[in-house]
Amino acid sequence: MARTIIPFGPQHPVLPEPVHLDLVVEDERVVEARPSIGFIHRGLEKLVEKKDFVEFVYVAERICGICSFIHGQTYCQGIEAMMNIPVPPRALYLRTIWGELSRLHSHLLWLGLMADAVGFESLFMHSWRVREKVLNIIEATTGGRVIFGSCKVGGVRRDIGSEAAAKMLADLDDIERDLSELTPVFLADRSIKDRLCDVGVLSREEAYDLGCVGPTLRASGVAQDMRQLGYAAFKDLEVRPVTRTGGDSFARCAVRCEELFQSIDLIRRALAKMPAGEIAVKVSGTPNGEYVARTEQPRGEVVYQLKANGTKNLQRLRIRTPTFANLPAVVKVLRGCELADVPVLVLTIDPCISCTER
Amino acid sequence: MPYFKMTRVALKWAVSKPVTTRYPFEPRVAIPGSRGLLEFAKATCVYCTVCAKKCPTGAIVVHRSQKRWTIDRLLCISCGYCVEVCPKKSLVFTPAHGVPSVTKDREYHGA
Repeated sequence: MARTIIPFGPQHPVLPEPVHLDLVVEDERVVEARPSIGFIHRGLEKLVEKKDFVEFVYVAERICGICSFIHGQTYCQGIEAMMNIPVPPRALYLRTIWGELSRLHSHLLWLGLMADAVGFESLFMHSWRVREKVLNIIEATTGGRVIFGSCKVGGVRRDIGSEAAAKMLADLDDIERDLSELTPVFLADRSIKDRLCDVGVLSREEAYDLGCVGPTLRASGVAQDMRQLGYAAFKDLEVRPVTRTGGDSFARCAVRCEELFQSIDLIRRALAKMPAGEIAVKVSGTPNGEYVARTEQPRGEVVYQLKANGTKNLQRLRIRTPTFANLPAVVKVLRGCELADVPVLVLTIDPCISCTER
Repeated sequence: MPYFKMTRVALKWAVSKPVTTRYPFEPRVAIPGSRGLLEFAKATCVYCTVCAKKCPTGAIVVHRSQKRWTIDRLLCISCGYCVEVCPKKSLVFTPAHGVPSVTKDREYHGA
């Protein structure tokens, strides 16, 4: 049968960000997918040479518009480890809370986009209605809706008082009620199951060998979550990775749905355990040495490699983002799929191209 | 029954008030604590230029000799670093976002 190449992206209704795929199709079946990235490279890693190590937090936060806080947090963790800065315990708890809020809004955004990709418009709007409530909590506690701007080297910029904490808990109860109405639709609705079940199956071995991270890896049955490393306050809060064994798009959706409830639970426990005290320490001196910081973003593990030589500017910064690690999995699952399943399969890893290209 | 999961949600919201507001006819309610509009208090400023030195994007320029504080609103990323470092607390964020800037003109305050 004759082969045709169909270009998919960089501008496509289902793609929130630009990524290009050359789909080699035979009739309606994709036989090969050739990805190309690099449409929104901004050279942010190179900026470490211009911005000093304290100012760079603002750049790190702007690498991604969804998991912005965790980018800033990972960068700060790296600098703090190099400079042996004792971060106050309260600041670590606040970072944990904001990190989990960031996961909540990212997963809700993904659920909405997935509902939109399968043609379920009203479910998309309901997911984003709930996400708006999370964004309001974030705005009230940090001052920003997407770019939190609350993490800094040595601690955090803002505190969450008892009144704000009580309001947050009440809002979280409300969000949990909404989620217990919405997530069963994703997990039980026939039309969604028809589009997601047995689509893009990755076995446990394949997911591991391709170097997948985050929900994509956990949906294939590998219990790996960087929060188990115990960074920030996770050493005091026991985190059990949410796993599924199906390995298909439905399993990836189910993992994210359950992680929403896990994040709410973690925030509640963090608020209950949060110790009183300082939220930041004064930073003096300059970083020297090399450090690799790893954290769990909503999309998976992010790795920051920082190298400093004792001056106020870092020598080198290298960021390995979760989407970059998950791209080989997309190429794998696209091979042999139906053309109509391509949007769902591309979305299934929750692609964040801004992160990937930096 | 899997068929009626969404029906329940849809029926509930069919009789509820919409959560969206009729912006711009109905103004957005500002959330307290939000980093909205950066405001400058001329009375307390000593024109020490710390805010201009620390501004990550170079949006703030201070002319000490002329006692003039200027900001390019399109360059400002509302990070709040200037508010944090100001020794006289002359810079504050108001929760409301104010009128959007549409020109690249600098905003001048002071003499």
